[in-house]
Amino acid sequence: MKTIRIIGFVLLLMGLASFSETWETTDAGYEIGDVARDFSLKNVDGKMVSLSDYNDAKGYLIIFTCNTCPYAIKYEDRIIDLDKKYKPLGVPVIAINPNNPSLSPGDNFAKMQVRAENKGFTFPYLLDESQEVFPQYGATRTPHVYLLDKTEQGNVVRYIGAIDDNYQDASKVKEKFVDNAVDAMLAGKEIQVTQTRAIGCRIKV
Amino acid sequence: MKYLLLLSCLFLFMVSCGNNKKKEPSTANTDTVLAETPLETSEKVKFPIYDFEGLEPLLHKEDGKTYVVNFWATWCKPCLEEMPFFEQVNEERKDDGVEVILVSLDMPSMWKSRLEPYVEKKGIKSDVVILDDPDQNTWIPKIDKDWDGAIPATIIYNKDKWQFFGHGFTYDELNETVDSFLN
Repeated sequence: MKTIRIIGFVLLLMGLASFSETWETTDAGYEIGDVARDFSLKNVDGKMVSLSDYNDAKGYLIIFTCNTCPYAIKYEDRIIDLDKKYKPLGVPVIAINPNNPSLSPGDNFAKMQVRAENKGFTFPYLLDESQEVFPQYGATRTPHVYLLDKTEQGNVVRYIGAIDDNYQDASKVKEKFVDNAVDAMLAGKEIQVTQTRAIGCRIKV
Repeated sequence: MKYLLLLSCLFLFMVSCGNNKKKEPSTANTDTVLAETPLETSEKVKFPIYDFEGLEPLLHKEDGKTYVVNFWATWCKPCLEEMPFFEQVNEERKDDGVEVILVSLDMPSMWKSRLEPYVEKKGIKSDVVILDDPDQNTWIPKIDKDWDGAIPATIIYNKDKWQFFGHGFTYDELNETVDSFLN
């Protein structure tokens, strides 16, 4: 009896160890080349959205964004443009609001619906209600872009970072990081700049 | 058991908040593109406005003082929460040669409407400067290779030591960290 208990305890410990290990790896977030997990999150129209819903997609632009961050607002029009440009080519935008609405009331579901309506979002705007998806990705701020490439091995992360190099003025942009990455991916070429950084609002947990 | 699991998840999750170990960007973009400062606005703004090149000397002064350089913005809630601690340290540690520099990352449209009123209302005594350089992917890694660009963030340095902190501070933490630069 005692032995069984000890064995049970050891097994439990091992289970716990492996469990925390997987958490640690997802914890740091995706790196370039990692396979991203699918999710099921509620869209502003009330329907649940998953990557697997898109049968014909060649990839996805997952963009963590929100209503309230001034940087996210600066990029709203450019996010719409990205969707208009790349959805027909098989790479739709999927926007996810990662903020906890109780800490950031301007980012609650009702306000997301209003924002999506007013701006005429052409893409799903999802709420990461349990705040489980953004840590898997390793998103830390808004806006934060992840380009996924749909392959036989799964949805592979190809680019992480900012949309371009000038948040203030779209007309003064010198390098369109996301456009360049998607174009290269669709052309089967190597993406030159795979990670970039930008000032953003820390995601409110 | 469930409790333990939950606890370990919580712990790991908390660790993740402070620990952003992203790899260096594999960008070859090294040319310093300077921000074109809108002169009409800057003439009226009370604080000096720099691009990164202009700011850099403030991050490497060698005059025997210890500088606490805090990156913040009026739209950043956690930044405003820790602001009183920086003000307090600036006031209390003057005799130790400690000086706080508050680098605002507010956008040009906010300089007159938010930044100036905030500084005035709170009676901020530390030096305030504005960093206006939209080419963030070029300058963020120059401050710290692991900085993901989220604020608050702080540099503390003197002629012997230079360190970046990609997180917020409590008053005690800030004081203790400043102490470690003085001995």
